[in-house]
Amino acid sequence: MVEHRSLGSKIFDVLNLTILVLATLACLLPIWYTLMISLSEKAAVQAGNVSVFPIGFNLYSFESILSDPRFFQAVWVSVQRVVIGSIFTMAVLVLAAYPLSKSNRVMPGRTFTMWAFVFAMLFNGGLVPWFLTMKAYNLLDSIWGLVLAGGVPIFNLILIINFIKNLPEELEEAAKIDGAGPWRYLFEVLLPLLKPVLATVLLFTMVGHWNEFFQGMVLSTQETSYPLQTYIQQLVVATNLENLATLSVEQMNRLLKLNNESLNAAKIFIAMIPVLIVYPFLQRYFVKGITLGSVKG
Amino acid sequence: MEKITKNKNLDLKHYWIMLVPALIWLIMFQFVPMFGIMMAFQDFNPGLGFLGSEWIGLENFRYMLELSDVRVVLLNTLIIAFGKIIGNIIVPLIFALLLNELRQKYLVKTIQTSVYLPHFLSWVILSSIMLQMFSFTGPINNLLEFFGKEPVMFFQRADLFRQFVIGSEIWKNFGFNSIIYLAALTGIDQSLYEAADIDGAGRLKKLWHVTLPGIRTTIVLLAILSLGGILDAGFDQVYNMYNPLVYSTGDIIDTYVFRAGLQELDFDFGTAVGLLKSVVSFILISVGYWLAKKFVGYRIF
Repeated sequence: MVEHRSLGSKIFDVLNLTILVLATLACLLPIWYTLMISLSEKAAVQAGNVSVFPIGFNLYSFESILSDPRFFQAVWVSVQRVVIGSIFTMAVLVLAAYPLSKSNRVMPGRTFTMWAFVFAMLFNGGLVPWFLTMKAYNLLDSIWGLVLAGGVPIFNLILIINFIKNLPEELEEAAKIDGAGPWRYLFEVLLPLLKPVLATVLLFTMVGHWNEFFQGMVLSTQETSYPLQTYIQQLVVATNLENLATLSVEQMNRLLKLNNESLNAAKIFIAMIPVLIVYPFLQRYFVKGITLGSVKG
Repeated sequence: MEKITKNKNLDLKHYWIMLVPALIWLIMFQFVPMFGIMMAFQDFNPGLGFLGSEWIGLENFRYMLELSDVRVVLLNTLIIAFGKIIGNIIVPLIFALLLNELRQKYLVKTIQTSVYLPHFLSWVILSSIMLQMFSFTGPINNLLEFFGKEPVMFFQRADLFRQFVIGSEIWKNFGFNSIIYLAALTGIDQSLYEAADIDGAGRLKKLWHVTLPGIRTTIVLLAILSLGGILDAGFDQVYNMYNPLVYSTGDIIDTYVFRAGLQELDFDFGTAVGLLKSVVSFILISVGYWLAKKFVGYRIF
């Protein structure tokens, strides 16, 4: 079909493309800029000359991270947290979502249990009681504290439940006739079908564990317990913000010369890498998972 | 018949066994902490514990309402949260509509992949990046200088802080929030557009009479459900961006509770402020869900 397009329509198309490209750049350039800072020489960074390309390209920042045991300790805590935390969360979620997708008729008490979860999702005791509970459980400075604190994301549980409910009921009947019990049905029939929604939840869980800094800060009494994000928060962000509030512009410029922005940028960039790697692979899943899970039958 | 019933009961036992880990977690990490709410009504002394501490009724709440700090904090929270709610509904909508109108379809995927990205980076990371970008010698100030403007000390300006917080939140999430709109857009019946073409409707007319009505339910639903977030100004973001110079406009309930409760160790007072937030939020979210169910037929599960 040949379409007649008015001048206004053509102008709109050009404007639209420009806006969308600018929006895209606005999301990518800050990340690119961080990488460039980390690869540039100190003097150029301090003078504010670095923009889209590195100036005085060098790998010194990344080399000096290699000799920083505190950074590696923090990375190690985060890696443990992501691995153990994701396994724990996925296992508990899958086991809980299947029975909770039953109707109350099949499983009396299911609706009440469901409301208990929803209530816990919407209401909490607040920060202080939560902290004192974690302390009473002896979960400070422990990887298990970080794994368990947000261990069962209820919103994601509901996402999986809704996904299961959208599957045809005949599926289970057929499996039952073939003699499959609940466990075999869950692991052999249901699990493969849940791939899109589980990929979504896994992505959120992994990224969530990797990105979390607050529990890492509150539940740690010593620096060696910090996950990476808490380490960066305490060493880069908190220091910077404190300086902003207490120092004059001259003092700050002097400090800037001592402070190594390239090194900080390198740490920040390394902290982004896992997300940058994992995310494109799972993109097709999370878009599907979100839209399917939010539509219920 | 008997065998089927027996099987059913057996299945039932297994269902509950599957639920055990989640239930233990729910009780240990969600319901047990709720007992700590008692502290809000006590002059809590950690040495004496919940049972030994003196009960003081609503004293903590009375004290709270007298503090001018708390009023400032409440106002900041409301302004920031409201700005975010509005921005997070409108900007992703506009973005989704623009993307939907893009003629260069081969670019859609690249654009989407790029704009979803900031959502997956933490505020610690993004704030570190912003501290660099908006610093005195950073690229943003270089740009301002290029256009002949004075450099701005963004992180120290109390009068700019809320805008800064709201703006950066929208920047982080507009792409991700557009997913739900884009999904709704694909659900619009294509024959409606063809009919509009036959009627000679232009692009603007089609946007107004076909596209927007087609996703109206989604917009209304998102608006209603975001109501519950009106006391949630975003701890992670504000905590990683604020400093004492901007407390007057940037301090929010969650940061206040953190400082009062865990840094100054005023456990009972911190609990009281937190409880007030929890209760009000709970009521608002519940009302939101109820409205969504009544008007759009939305169900949580």
